[in-house]
Amino acid sequence: MRGNVVSEQAEPKFQSWGHYPLLQADLVPLHWMTDFPLAAPPANAMLPVGLGRSYGDCCLLDHGTLLNTRGMTRLLDFNAETGLLRCEAGVSLAEILDFAVPRGWFLPVTPGTKYVTVGGAIANDIHGKNHHAAGTFGRHTPRFELVRSDGTRMVCSATENPEWYRATIAGLGLTGLITWAEVELRSIVSRKIDYKGIKFNGIEEFLAISRASSHIEYTVSWIDCVSQGSSFARGIFMQGTHSMAPDKLSPSGQPRLAVPMNMPAAVLNRFTVGAFNALYYHKQLSRIRTALVDYETFFFPLDSVLHWNRIYGRDGLLQFQCVLPDNGDARGMTQILRTITASGLASFLAVIKVFGDVPSPGMMSFPRPGITLALDFPIRRDVSFALLDRLAEITLEHGGCMYPAKDARMTPHQFQTFYPQWQHFAAFIDPGFSSAFWQRVTAHV
Amino acid sequence: MSKPLPSRILVLGATSAIAMAVTRRLVSPGAHFFLVARNPARLDAVRRDLLTRGAASVTTQAMDLDDTAAHPEMLAAAVQSLGTIEAALIAHGVLGDQEQAQASYAVAEAVLRTNFLSAVSLITWLANYFESTRQGTLAVISSVAGDRGRKSNYVYGASKGALNIFLDGVRNRIDRAGVQVLTIRPGFVSTPMTAHLPQGALFSSPGTVAQGILKAIGRRKDVVYLPGFWAPIMFVIRGIPQSIFKKLNL
Repeated sequence: MRGNVVSEQAEPKFQSWGHYPLLQADLVPLHWMTDFPLAAPPANAMLPVGLGRSYGDCCLLDHGTLLNTRGMTRLLDFNAETGLLRCEAGVSLAEILDFAVPRGWFLPVTPGTKYVTVGGAIANDIHGKNHHAAGTFGRHTPRFELVRSDGTRMVCSATENPEWYRATIAGLGLTGLITWAEVELRSIVSRKIDYKGIKFNGIEEFLAISRASSHIEYTVSWIDCVSQGSSFARGIFMQGTHSMAPDKLSPSGQPRLAVPMNMPAAVLNRFTVGAFNALYYHKQLSRIRTALVDYETFFFPLDSVLHWNRIYGRDGLLQFQCVLPDNGDARGMTQILRTITASGLASFLAVIKVFGDVPSPGMMSFPRPGITLALDFPIRRDVSFALLDRLAEITLEHGGCMYPAKDARMTPHQFQTFYPQWQHFAAFIDPGFSSAFWQRVTAHV
Repeated sequence: MSKPLPSRILVLGATSAIAMAVTRRLVSPGAHFFLVARNPARLDAVRRDLLTRGAASVTTQAMDLDDTAAHPEMLAAAVQSLGTIEAALIAHGVLGDQEQAQASYAVAEAVLRTNFLSAVSLITWLANYFESTRQGTLAVISSVAGDRGRKSNYVYGASKGALNIFLDGVRNRIDRAGVQVLTIRPGFVSTPMTAHLPQGALFSSPGTVAQGILKAIGRRKDVVYLPGFWAPIMFVIRGIPQSIFKKLNL
């Protein structure tokens, strides 16, 4: 029945976190590291996928074959002296934490959700609140195995197949299938994070606090992208360090809340988000608040509500994340924030952070020194697409860059300007692999 | 009062999705495993996983369990390795292709050989072992499909139904020696065996089923439907008169 009208309109078997775009593809589960190359290779292109937390289309492939790695969740080795973990690529960061925390270990780089796989974390070279100190996730994955569709198996590291190592970190899953990887964990003595929240008003103040916080392990800021006038670019600068006071290292519980269905699109608008932002900003009464909080609260506030993306309704959401070089005057970022506030389209979920200069081994890695801003927009075709296109243009004008994992709108011109090394990278792409993102940003214009 | 979970465990079909979910949950610093499965590379991945998660020891033997002549030697090696087998989980099986099986006896025979005859060989040896040591848990994965023959999978169903009856008899014989014989009847489970089927609302995860298996072992149950909602469903299905059942499309 494939190919008829009904199946074309059917819910896709695999969606990205933004529920946009919706593309039909076959989903082939991989359960073992030896399941790839497939016994019966498909006629169309392939792409490995994990938990689908990329927002846009870098984990999608129209009429392709998605290789679902979530059957490969075995831990293969752990050195309790050094904290080096070897695991299959479908293991999630949540599963690593479940294993590691009770043993006194933690992720080297922790993103905003723990529901991503190790393979996805490498392929997108993800970053976290400690980027200024620790760099990207790919810096902490010293070795992994890459399997090509022709059956070639390569162990990749800085010294073994080093070019393949560099191409596969931030390689968007295009260079082949990662079957296993080593992850360098870091030790902890407590689940707790010493937290400090500092209110700021405006980008200049944010930058000043940032510069004074470079010795803090984790920093990130929530920023109000709705308010104008005297409240423009207000926010809360959040600092965290692993508590040094030994405490119970019990495992985490399961999330108990879930958004059961897609919400009507009208739930999120300028007024509800504005009210939420005012509440959030004023909830912290004093300028500075300190607390001892659980790592789940500090790193994964959104993970406590499963399927939170459904609050954006059926049409889904897009995320915008850029990094602009820090020239000292923050003119570009101010222009971006003014454009966003003027649009009235911003969501509550907006974060800003200063990236550090720790280099990534990844050839196509996104993070680089500068100021990064990330926020969600509901998809309203006429307005939010135009806004996103404008934000990409401003990013380009100021010598910035955008993050493929969060993108569904970049033009080939923009992508190829952001990543001038793309043609060098393209030589490492597996001839059997592709992605909707890659097809989009390398299309002839 | 539930009894403590076993720590010296033999698993036949150790690379099956349900078996892996069970063994992961049995890992403890005192847990010793003897794992048997056909594919050495997969067996090694499971061994590493259990060791990394903290099992005390994991011994593996790669073999095709259809080779019943080799069972006694393998089982003796398991006793040698574990000291005492406290629990044995029989988890290997094939779904088979119903259309091929109804067209060809050879295909049907292969399904019966793997799902029923090889299990009979293992259960016979293990029942005698547990009876003589007057302890142990013999847990066998059957299926709700064994409760009633349906046109869509009666060859698989017959292999599991025969297994159910065999286990009833073994239980009746060795329960009095202090041995638990647990017949596990899962419904649809999302595993490699069912990956080609459309996954509906009745599918559950191997983790959910594994949790239920451990609970049933702890409570010394005889027969368990997993998840539990299958018990009333199968009660109704077993009660449908043949005059009606034969006309249904199930």
